[in-house]
Amino acid sequence: MKPTDTRDPAYYHKVVDCQWACPAHTNVPEYIRLIAQGRYTDAYMLNRESNVFPGVLGRTCDRPCEPACRRARVDGKPVAICRLKRVAADHRGEIADRLPRIPARKNGRRIACVGAGPASLTVANDLLPLGYEVTILEKLPEAGGLMRSNIPSFRLPGRVLDEEIGTILDMGVDIRYGTPVTSMKALLAEGFDAVFVGSGAPRGKDLDLPGRREAGGVHVGIEWLESVSFGHVDRIGERVLVIGVGNTAMDCCRTSRRLGGREIKVIARRTRQFFKASEWEIEDAEEEQVEIVVNHSPRRFVVEDGRLRGMEFDHAADTVFMPCDDVILAIGQEAAFPWIERDIGIEFTREGLPVVDPTTMESTLPGVLFGGDAAWGPKNIIWAVAHGHEAAISIHNRCSGVPVTERPPQGMNLVTQKMGLQEWSYHNEYNPAARAKMRHMDLGERLRRLDLEVELGFDAAQTAREAERCLNCDVETVFAESRCIECDACVDVCPLQCLTIAPDGGEEGLRPRLTAPARNAAQSLFASGALPQTGRIMVKDEDVCVHCGLCAERCPTSAWDMQKFELRIPYAGRPACTTKPEPASTISR
Amino acid sequence: MASPGKPPVVHPALERNALGLTLRDYEGSMSTLCAGCGHDSVTAAIVRAFWELSTPPHRIAKLSGIGCSSKTPTYFVSGAHGFNSAHGRMPAIATGANAADRELAYIGISGDGDSLSIGLGQMVHAIRRNVDLLYVLENNGVYGLTKGQFSASADVGSKSKRGEPNPMAPIDPVTLALALGATFVARGFSGDKAQLVPILKAGIAHRGFALVDVVSPCVTFNDHEGSTKSYVHTRRHQVRAVLADFVPPAREITAAVGDGEATRVAMHDGSVVRFVAVPQNYDPTDRRAVFAYLQDQRGKGVIPTGLLFLDEGTPDLHEMSATIDVPLARVPYEKLCPGSRELERLQEEFR
Ligand SMILES: Cc1cc2nc3c(=O)[nH]c(=O)nc-3n(C[C@H](O)[C@H](O)[C@H](O)COP(=O)(O)OP(=O)(O)OC[C@H]3O[C@@H](n4cnc5c(N)ncnc54)[C@H](O)[C@@H]3O)c2cc1C
Ligand SMILES: Cc1ncc(C[n+]2csc(CCOP(=O)(O)OP(=O)(O)O)c2C)c(N)n1
Ligand code: SF4
Ligand code: SF4
Ligand code: SF4
Ligand SMILES: [Mg+2]
Repeated sequence: MKPTDTRDPAYYHKVVDCQWACPAHTNVPEYIRLIAQGRYTDAYMLNRESNVFPGVLGRTCDRPCEPACRRARVDGKPVAICRLKRVAADHRGEIADRLPRIPARKNGRRIACVGAGPASLTVANDLLPLGYEVTILEKLPEAGGLMRSNIPSFRLPGRVLDEEIGTILDMGVDIRYGTPVTSMKALLAEGFDAVFVGSGAPRGKDLDLPGRREAGGVHVGIEWLESVSFGHVDRIGERVLVIGVGNTAMDCCRTSRRLGGREIKVIARRTRQFFKASEWEIEDAEEEQVEIVVNHSPRRFVVEDGRLRGMEFDHAADTVFMPCDDVILAIGQEAAFPWIERDIGIEFTREGLPVVDPTTMESTLPGVLFGGDAAWGPKNIIWAVAHGHEAAISIHNRCSGVPVTERPPQGMNLVTQKMGLQEWSYHNEYNPAARAKMRHMDLGERLRRLDLEVELGFDAAQTAREAERCLNCDVETVFAESRCIECDACVDVCPLQCLTIAPDGGEEGLRPRLTAPARNAAQSLFASGALPQTGRIMVKDEDVCVHCGLCAERCPTSAWDMQKFELRIPYAGRPACTTKPEPASTISR
Repeated sequence: MASPGKPPVVHPALERNALGLTLRDYEGSMSTLCAGCGHDSVTAAIVRAFWELSTPPHRIAKLSGIGCSSKTPTYFVSGAHGFNSAHGRMPAIATGANAADRELAYIGISGDGDSLSIGLGQMVHAIRRNVDLLYVLENNGVYGLTKGQFSASADVGSKSKRGEPNPMAPIDPVTLALALGATFVARGFSGDKAQLVPILKAGIAHRGFALVDVVSPCVTFNDHEGSTKSYVHTRRHQVRAVLADFVPPAREITAAVGDGEATRVAMHDGSVVRFVAVPQNYDPTDRRAVFAYLQDQRGKGVIPTGLLFLDEGTPDLHEMSATIDVPLARVPYEKLCPGSRELERLQEEFR
């Protein structure tokens, strides 16, 4: 097997499963350690660096990191990464003096962003400190995009949103509310140096079935949520049918529950395994006595005397009638660009999406970039942020005369954690605690008002325990083959059978014959070069290493060391550097 | 933080043996030996051997004397019975324990100091009595625990850490045991578990005394240049002379006798040892042939390893003593010690 190149930042980055899965590559284990030390502000700032909205995301993130978390592979349940993020946000101190300074003298470059959602806000966040002038054009009277207009306040309190958006707006964004962009051509004519389109996927899908046109009381989910959010709607009928079973459906049914709905059914075409909504959102809805009905396909709206009476569904071979006062359609949303002329060089796919380069975020018209839901249809906040960072780099490249395709490389740093012969500077003891359960506001209490936050956050004891569940996957096992005497101590001690000293062979051949067969092909094998005594190689299956450090503790020659890996992420105007590795530890026998 | 012990998590795909136990269930507490000590590798091999044999932990008795090697029973099978005796006295304790309960699986761990100096007189009698005991001699050429003085197994000319050569001829436990009539004689290397584990399993299955001399480098006091018991030296000079397979009782042997496969020996418990490869004109069941071979190799600087000799036909301590089948420990006290009237009656018989 080819010896692993651990100088490539991607190798150890991939071992940090959560950080690898996070679209913005948030340094999760480091912020969890900071939380464990009570350094909430530091933890918050570390988060903010990559994900910009820690308070928002600590409540609402889609958490692609959690299914990836190594802890789930050894103990069934991932670390509650997202909820820990919220702890940092809730308990942080003042950050004003830690924010980047905004230069009084501008660099003379003007950037326009369409829409004030998380994607555009991230672009502004990255460019303002570099002296750019950023103008955001927003259709609605407030900033935040769907975070503001659609995510209900019982999940995301307005104050959290205000704070984090305010931080960016206060950097000096020229934000123009109530300003829908109606012509790209006209916008381009204003002579901006670049235009970023972060207009989201604002069109809710309709359900064109018999009765739809005649029936009052049928709402399109995202429009209805927006109306609720801006106070235009504050009531709904007692019996509500929500069609669709994604996250929007969950927000619709739970919002209905707070606006007078009593008998609420969420109707799914198929069975639970096909549900799009996050598991935890379904749980929360069911806790609030929303009924989820599976295997029912809408057939028609039943309208009598101009009034909506209910809906008919196909169920197995039968037709089932369900009476209701209101129907909310939550069957998806799509991007729509009626305001972008098709003859100005911005190409669209057959599906009506812009053709966007996935690394540069640039469209086919140089200087026009897309990000967030506008680029490839509905995703989530953390993707919008990640797109924003990349787009900002492209814009900065353009304005500095560097090709947009020239991406600044990631960097890395490794620092030994050795404090003494068997002493580490990180908490390497495995905490067998089970995943902490989120505490919720009482059912009776929470339904009284729309804006009572349901999740109460972790208390101090929960936080302390949950933080220790993290396996410190960024503290890497770093191997120096020239020192290995092949005593087997590391192989023997490893509690999870990660290590093998084996005759060299291809990866395919090695995987099944390791100390424990390496069946998880998604996880890397580390392979050393030939060992000095026998020419065999050291192989490590990264899959279930718990980063306990025992291999390094039991190694007589410090051939293994535990070193903290830091991924250095480049941002616009802030290239990442790689620190030269320290000379190998001199502590040996 | 330093690790107080192994984390209580296991590999999700960790296999279970016939008893439903994992390898981790056969571990003991964390080793306190020097990092990299060969003895820890031998411990790992023992853990694997018992796990593969599915020996119930509470049916194992582990005994030892004094030395780093003798500390190791603490590091395997915490569920077993254990006795840590005085220096060199393990064979006597093992003999007594075995006399009292013939049904347990006995494993004695000793060192070259413990066995070849202070305990030499003990070891030879356990061999002579053919006590049903797997005797693992973790051989590093020094007294590790007392900071590296040469032991009786150090080779002539082998250098101490300070550079002085050893002037005295070594005692070789393998030829010694052969000469004394030992019924199972093997040599292994802590760095070669592929060979060691089957040897240990066969030694456990063997009825009688099984000596396994394991070259087990002392990483702290005898792993330098000039030492003949270092990792490097052993790797350079080890010759896997005899290759043997251990086939447990339940499994049928389907493979035909292959080329070079010298012999099969059926063990008392129904398992089989297959000698897959041996040197030319070598018969692992012929004491004289084995002796001749080992004599022949002397002075060539090689370290022949493998299950060198096996004799499953000689009676063990219990057979020689014609004891009853039921372990004496389970015979009710009144029966075992029927009282003074019975004793008088017996004495009367001899008057
Ligand atoms: C009900 C619901 C719940 C959700 N819950 C979550 C969640 O819990 N977690 C999560 O991660 N994601 C969630 N999402 C998805 C998430 O909100 C979006 O993926 C994210 O907000 C996309 O960000 P964006 O910046 O691309 O655009 P958006 O947030 O959609 O913002 C686009 C902005 O552009 C404005 N705009 C549009 N067209 C124009 C125009 N022509 N001129 C001027 N302004 C314009 C819009 O008014 C809007 O303010 C949810 C979505 C919905 C619908
Ligand atoms: C009666 C007695 N004499 C001497 C000692 C000192 N002593 C302790 S261990 C040891 C030698 C151990 O050597 P070995 O059996 O080779 O074990 P190793 O530490 O090398 O594994 C000696 C002489 C003792 N403990 N008891
Ligand atoms: S840190 Fe080392 S000993 Fe611990 S699980 Fe990972 S490879 Fe095994
Ligand atoms: S413990 Fe160290 S010297 Fe021993 S085999 Fe492992 S890496 Fe090599
Ligand atoms: S002194 Fe030698 S024998 Fe004893 S534990 Fe250390 S390395 Fe092993
Ligand atoms: Mg010794």
